[in-house]
Amino acid sequence: MLSIKNLGAKIEDNQILNGINLEVKAGEVHAIMGPNGSGKSTLASVLAGREEYEVTSGEVRFRDADLLELSPEDRAREGIFLAFQYPVEIPGVSTINFMKTAVNQIRKYRGMEPLDAVSFLGLMKEKMKLVEIDQSLLNRALNEGFSGGEKKRNEIFQMAMLEPKLAILDETDSGLDIDALRIVANGVNTLRSKDNATIVVTHYQRLLDYIVPDYVHVLYKGRIVKSGTKELALELEAKGYDWIKDEVEVA
Amino acid sequence: MSVTTKTSPSEVLLSHLQQNINSFAGVAELRAAALESFSKLGLPSVKDEDYRKTPITKAIEGFTFEVVKSTAINPTDFTISELEGYPVVFIDGEFSAAHSVLPKTVQVLPIQEALQSHPAIISKHLGAYADYKKDSFVALNTAGWTSGLFVHVPENIVLDKPIIVYNIIRNAGIHLQRNLIVVEKNSELTIVEKTVSSDGCFFNSVTEGAVDENSGLNYYTVQNNDGNHIEFNHKQLVQKNSSRIHAYTFTLGGKLVRNNLNLILDGSNCDSYMNGVYLLKGDSICDNHTIADHTQPHSQSNELYKGALEGKSKAIFNGRIYVRPQAQKTNAFQSNRNILLSEDSTIHTKPQLEIWADDVKCSHGCTSGQLDEEALFYLRTRGLGKDTAKAMLLYAFIGEVIDRIKIPALRSYVDHLVSDRLHKNF
Repeated sequence: MLSIKNLGAKIEDNQILNGINLEVKAGEVHAIMGPNGSGKSTLASVLAGREEYEVTSGEVRFRDADLLELSPEDRAREGIFLAFQYPVEIPGVSTINFMKTAVNQIRKYRGMEPLDAVSFLGLMKEKMKLVEIDQSLLNRALNEGFSGGEKKRNEIFQMAMLEPKLAILDETDSGLDIDALRIVANGVNTLRSKDNATIVVTHYQRLLDYIVPDYVHVLYKGRIVKSGTKELALELEAKGYDWIKDEVEVA
Repeated sequence: MSVTTKTSPSEVLLSHLQQNINSFAGVAELRAAALESFSKLGLPSVKDEDYRKTPITKAIEGFTFEVVKSTAINPTDFTISELEGYPVVFIDGEFSAAHSVLPKTVQVLPIQEALQSHPAIISKHLGAYADYKKDSFVALNTAGWTSGLFVHVPENIVLDKPIIVYNIIRNAGIHLQRNLIVVEKNSELTIVEKTVSSDGCFFNSVTEGAVDENSGLNYYTVQNNDGNHIEFNHKQLVQKNSSRIHAYTFTLGGKLVRNNLNLILDGSNCDSYMNGVYLLKGDSICDNHTIADHTQPHSQSNELYKGALEGKSKAIFNGRIYVRPQAQKTNAFQSNRNILLSEDSTIHTKPQLEIWADDVKCSHGCTSGQLDEEALFYLRTRGLGKDTAKAMLLYAFIGEVIDRIKIPALRSYVDHLVSDRLHKNF
């Protein structure tokens, strides 16, 4: 589904990614871990199409498309979803209104008829349950005055509405208490299927107790330096990142 | 270079005023005084602080008072459909009874007729507020107006529907309109004013309003003319104890529009709201000069103006708040926010607070910038096209003011104008 080859990226004069290689197949959950500043969020941003980053090498194939050639909106329409580490507050735009536009622009791109108000409302009610989010929150200006947990639940709600092929969760666990974490993870798990894939970017192992990954990759200095299964995450939790750093330095 | 003798705009105007100075009985003295003031002031130059960024004198060069009658008009071309109210129509400055519906409980008539029928009200209010000694265009208007609207709301009357004033101007040239709105105690009035010009003109409108104790006035001004229209729109509204004024100004078109909105809070427990939107494109210029003048204690004013500028357009915002020495416990808030959508658009924004009292709450803020890139990116990652995302953010930005419109049908009308302009198609 996603194939990243030798991806390099920089922002201004800072080279951040230095040759990432990653294969993600449908049905898989990949966790990307690593110390602060290793390039985790940059990778998520580059995949979503953030324009401040300049790709310096490599290629990314997503299903049949050359992902790096697509605008952020076309990536979304092709099925990529980025759950933001810091969801943006947008005064005057309610989640419901903008989701309705988003859903219908994506449908149009895929050659489908727009959803009428009733069907949209039905879909929304169904997805709201998934993340235990109240409609009054969705009627309000997007993320304005939301608590940290509410913002992250809103991200997963949007993900549920858009039903992406590939979801990228960027530090979705940061700032969540244990109840919110459980709700968010439950939402993600319910949406998992053999046809879609998830990339979980996280600093801590904690989230991976709830969203169990098939593969764990360690990112350090802009490269994936170690890959393994979920046991690798436990090892990182127990031993920290220093031993990885040492291994890399020795190599 | 050839030299031609041109009559300066000031001379054209003066000669017209001198010829017409005696046209209405009852206001001769006022006219003469205003004429004298105008001949002293002349038209403002760019050196004049109040018109430094607003080349209105240059814009009206060559304009005359010549009136060319043109074809019949069709009301559906200018009316705000769905909006219920009492339409009061002026065509090229003349009141059109055929197109108007007048309320029974409130006196609405052409101001020149009111000179005879309501002399006491005229002599008390006309020329008492708008200062012809300071502003050339107010002087010009006071000395030379030929028509306008007179509204008198007696005590204890709440007019059920808004008075909708349509000023239809079919030919180029100078139009001087004078309006007087008097709301007596415990009453309530809403006015919607829309000017429609088809051939470019200089529309100079001066409105004086007096709102007595415990009364309310809502005044909506919709300016959506094409790129030839030049307007000077001066409103001087004076309010007494426990009165409310909600003024709204929506400017979506015109070559050059200058609005002076001056509220005098001459009472305690007054509430004043000034709301404005300007959406400009091409090389349009819109200049809003506002004043909230607090002369008595315990009143509040609240001002919110928002603008979005495309092309080479230019906007000027000058918001003055005066808090006089005796106006303790005043609350005065002012905010002007702008989004520049192009590199060639310009905003000059200038808040001016002059506070002589020591126990007051006043704040002001002005911003200008581009759309929030982070918000744009966020919306695009959800599948919204770039143009849609921009339109959505702009619409939300302007929507804060639109939401303050109290009449649903008018709100939806303005919303529609704004949506069209922002290319909002969702």
